[in-house]
Amino acid sequence: MSEGRRLARKKDFLLQRASILAAIRRFFVSRDYMEVETPLRIPAPAPESHIDAIPSDDWFLHTSPELCMKRLLAAGYPRLFQICRCFRGRENGDRHLPEFTLLEWYRAGIDYLELMSECEDLLIGIARDMGKGGEIVYGGKTIGLEKPWERCSVREAFEKHATLSLEEALKNGSFDETMAFEIEPQLGKERPTFLYDYPLSLGALARRKAGDPAFAERFELYIGSMEIVNAFSELTDAEEQRSRFLKEEEERRSMGKRPYPMPERFLRVLPEMPESAGAALGVDRLVMLFTGAAEIRDVVAFAPEDL
Amino acid sequence: MYTASDLRKGLRIKIDTDPYQITEFNFVKPGKGQSLYRCKMRNMITGAQFERTFREVDTFQPADLQEKTMQYLYKEESNYVFMDMESYEQVYLTADQVGDAIHFLLDNLEVDVLLFEDRPIGVTLPNSVDLRVMKAEPWAKGDSVSGNYKPVILETGYKVLVPPFVEEGEKIRVDTRSGEYLTRVKE
Repeated sequence: MSEGRRLARKKDFLLQRASILAAIRRFFVSRDYMEVETPLRIPAPAPESHIDAIPSDDWFLHTSPELCMKRLLAAGYPRLFQICRCFRGRENGDRHLPEFTLLEWYRAGIDYLELMSECEDLLIGIARDMGKGGEIVYGGKTIGLEKPWERCSVREAFEKHATLSLEEALKNGSFDETMAFEIEPQLGKERPTFLYDYPLSLGALARRKAGDPAFAERFELYIGSMEIVNAFSELTDAEEQRSRFLKEEEERRSMGKRPYPMPERFLRVLPEMPESAGAALGVDRLVMLFTGAAEIRDVVAFAPEDL
Repeated sequence: MYTASDLRKGLRIKIDTDPYQITEFNFVKPGKGQSLYRCKMRNMITGAQFERTFREVDTFQPADLQEKTMQYLYKEESNYVFMDMESYEQVYLTADQVGDAIHFLLDNLEVDVLLFEDRPIGVTLPNSVDLRVMKAEPWAKGDSVSGNYKPVILETGYKVLVPPFVEEGEKIRVDTRSGEYLTRVKE
């Protein structure tokens, strides 16, 4: 297919994408959030065992703007949002591109439960701006957006949808497979689902759950079986953050991955960061939801193979 | 050596002792979790299909496969005998390995024989072959508008539907992939 025809066929998706970006900005501006831009090229990404930063000279392309935005938060900016390109090596599939667009926002003084409500308001606001009314149709399913959305803990999700319990899955190392193939396909089918309270080892930058230290105050939002948002109450204890980074970095190196330096400047200011919660939303996937696109490459003008 | 991130549709890898072709491929990654590579694959020797999920740490050997142009010589008991056009070496394939190609194998036909670690495991025919019609009902004049196809038997014993005007003794071209009649061949 010619370049002109390929891009002409995407016109509706790209127009809706532009409207969604405008709607996101309207929402955050109306809530007194400040839009920021932070560098895409950084010397020390947050070590996470299964997210790979792409090297750029002797630095890296960021995998999310998390560390720089938290440094701003620590410096006294209480409400921040950013829409930026992020890069993750070797992620390429129907719902993944190695370069993709992330919306990330942080707010001081709230926790992950209050952030769930803000997610509801954001998506309902975008749907209204897009003329979608109270529902989204995706993958042949009609998903109602009226509040409140479903809230389901990770433990409950294993009990409801999986062939083994959360403890068994963690013990035999099949958490990811069970989540991907048994649980995720069942989530957010009639209304959006917040999946919350992940095992602590699956939230390297999330705060420990008050009263249940084996879990992290982290949630994911699923709509139409698709993961849209990852969020948590932020960890502000620098000591604990350092030891979790060391553990992740050790695992990365044991898998033969390129070592990262420790993000010392982030750790230095972390004690000054207020109690807060933050979220990352996959903008490309949100566009897929609102346009009905089956694959992520449908909603970007240029996928890697088009370059 | 391949790593899981090299997996894609069509890739051929060796697992245990057999070659496999990836027929479907899906990249999945639950949030903050590890990359999972869900593949459907086909055993290139037995034809068996199955599904398997790999992780990013998994590695694979490429399957040592090559295609060689060979000439079909003759059938010997239950084996089909082919000759390497370069080395004149003869190789033997079973009916299972030849598969549907047996319907179109004519002596001296040039084909591609697929070798796995130098052992023959399959054969690929040219997209079409010309075969003589050995047995056909005569064309009833006046039947030309009916458009009814009639069955004929070709020199390999293969039965195929052809237009009514095709006569015994004529040659026709057959699509080896669909097994269907393409056209009459003028000699």
